[in-house]
Amino acid sequence: MSISKDEVKHIANLSKLNLTDEELEKYTNELSDIVDMANELSNIDVEGVKPTAHILDIQNVFREDIQQPSYDRELILKNAPSKDAGCVSVPKVVE
Amino acid sequence: MDLYSLTLADVAKKIKAKEVSIKEVLDDIYSRIDTVEPKVEAYITLTKEKAYERAQVLQQKLDNGEDIGPLGGVPIAIKDNISTEGVLTTCASKMLENYTPIYNATVINKLEEAGAIVIGKTNMDEFAMGSSTETSKQKETKNPWDLDRVPGGSSGGSAAAVSAQMAYASLGSDTGGSIRQPASYCSVVGLKPTYGLISRFGLIAFASSLDQIGPFARTVEDAALMLNAIAGHDEKDTTSANLEEKDYTKALVNDIKGKVVGIPTDFIREGISPDVKEAYDKAIETLKGLGAEIKEISLEYAKYSLATYYIIATAEASSNLGRYDGIRYGYRAKDFKDLDDLYRKTRTEGFGSEVKRRIMLGTYVLSSGYYDAYYKRAQQVRTLIVNNFRKAFEECDVIMIPTAPKVAFKFGAHDASPLEMYLEDIYTVPVNIAGLPGISIPGGFGENNMPIGIQFIANAFDEMNLLQVAYTFEQNTPYHNEVPTMRGGNN
Repeated sequence: MSISKDEVKHIANLSKLNLTDEELEKYTNELSDIVDMANELSNIDVEGVKPTAHILDIQNVFREDIQQPSYDRELILKNAPSKDAGCVSVPKVVE
Repeated sequence: MDLYSLTLADVAKKIKAKEVSIKEVLDDIYSRIDTVEPKVEAYITLTKEKAYERAQVLQQKLDNGEDIGPLGGVPIAIKDNISTEGVLTTCASKMLENYTPIYNATVINKLEEAGAIVIGKTNMDEFAMGSSTETSKQKETKNPWDLDRVPGGSSGGSAAAVSAQMAYASLGSDTGGSIRQPASYCSVVGLKPTYGLISRFGLIAFASSLDQIGPFARTVEDAALMLNAIAGHDEKDTTSANLEEKDYTKALVNDIKGKVVGIPTDFIREGISPDVKEAYDKAIETLKGLGAEIKEISLEYAKYSLATYYIIATAEASSNLGRYDGIRYGYRAKDFKDLDDLYRKTRTEGFGSEVKRRIMLGTYVLSSGYYDAYYKRAQQVRTLIVNNFRKAFEECDVIMIPTAPKVAFKFGAHDASPLEMYLEDIYTVPVNIAGLPGISIPGGFGENNMPIGIQFIANAFDEMNLLQVAYTFEQNTPYHNEVPTMRGGNN
């Protein structure tokens, strides 16, 4: 296995996903297979090769800071699973 | 002749000439959907009410002598990861099963400016992650050529809807082959434009440096008409290119004499089945017969595209899908004890297993200790692949390879191994890695009389050459005239 169960537990935790024992077993196998494939890149000589993050030569795009109308608050809140007094409602964060 | 079997170009002409009313065209396409959809299941949502309202407005304009645009009154289907104002946009996921965008994607506004009518939203792999549309949490879309087989993916619904003549054209999105591969499986035209040619504003993000919206159509001419409508700069997408507008229908010239077509022999040895190889060799002969020059080229790094793709795409996905937290929109778990528990339960219950697999893989390749070994290295190999193509296009006008190594497979064929499913994308991912335009067009029939697609690839922003070669191939081959049989499906 190129990835251990503990590593899968760790990345599931970082991804905020809960896994059952059965899923942990399954994902450890599957992710190991995929990582094995990815490891074929380790044989390529990439010394001095510039990484490509983006295919186009893109630069920051700026615009004038001019006020524009935004979306209607009521409209935005329509999609919120829980709302209260014109705000999105979440569980208590600070004790 | 039934209206629904006309091409987009022809039905648009008939509407303009007032040989048919827009309402008649809509009635006909929805009646076709009533007949065929129970077998194919390509649509998640139908937008009948809005469509008829728009038909009325457009007809009135036409009757007043106004120009209703090149797509005036034509029914079009949209993949369910493209935002439509006031219309459910689910990404075929439980996470967004109740999500209704409050704005249109730029491509929707552009299609409507060109006069098109959106008739429904199509099925797809969950969050566009898959090659068969089997990961959809909504329904199982069938291949119109054999209902026991997959339509391909991730834009399987958009491909099947056009193939089964339930829309004149549709939009899909292509991150690693998600337009071209289902187009190949369903024997329609599927175009993935150059990265940056089409605005991604309102396309629900999977892998932002690879995603691109593009059309499905029944002919190359129809694909060019769709491209005319959706291409162009958008200030809401900073990666959209600011270029002079082109009329892509000017590429519809039935002549490829003297064009140089590159054949990467070293690359297409990988896993190709005999029937696809036969169709491909025949395509080479066809092009030769039409006066094209066939030139062998080398794409030595293309074989590393799949590994490169699964690192880059999942890394970007793990970041993009971080937004689904159950707070502002989308699914929220019912019972939770605190905020962290809310996040965890929402994401655990809201995402399907393929999406979870990719989020975790992306998280892994970006995590400390592995970043350089995987993510950075993949970006370096991406450079090598880009350079490969750059060099190849110094020697040829277009490159031709098959779209997929095999014909469409049966449902469940790859359930045991996700990796095997990933291999179906071997011929399509290099194009996304390099940001190039690619098109799949009907190229023959193979095992069990299932369709085979031929893929042309051109240099960045050279859609004109791409469309001209594809058009000439289409006009000199019979495959695009065949319509699906909708056999099977009795199990």
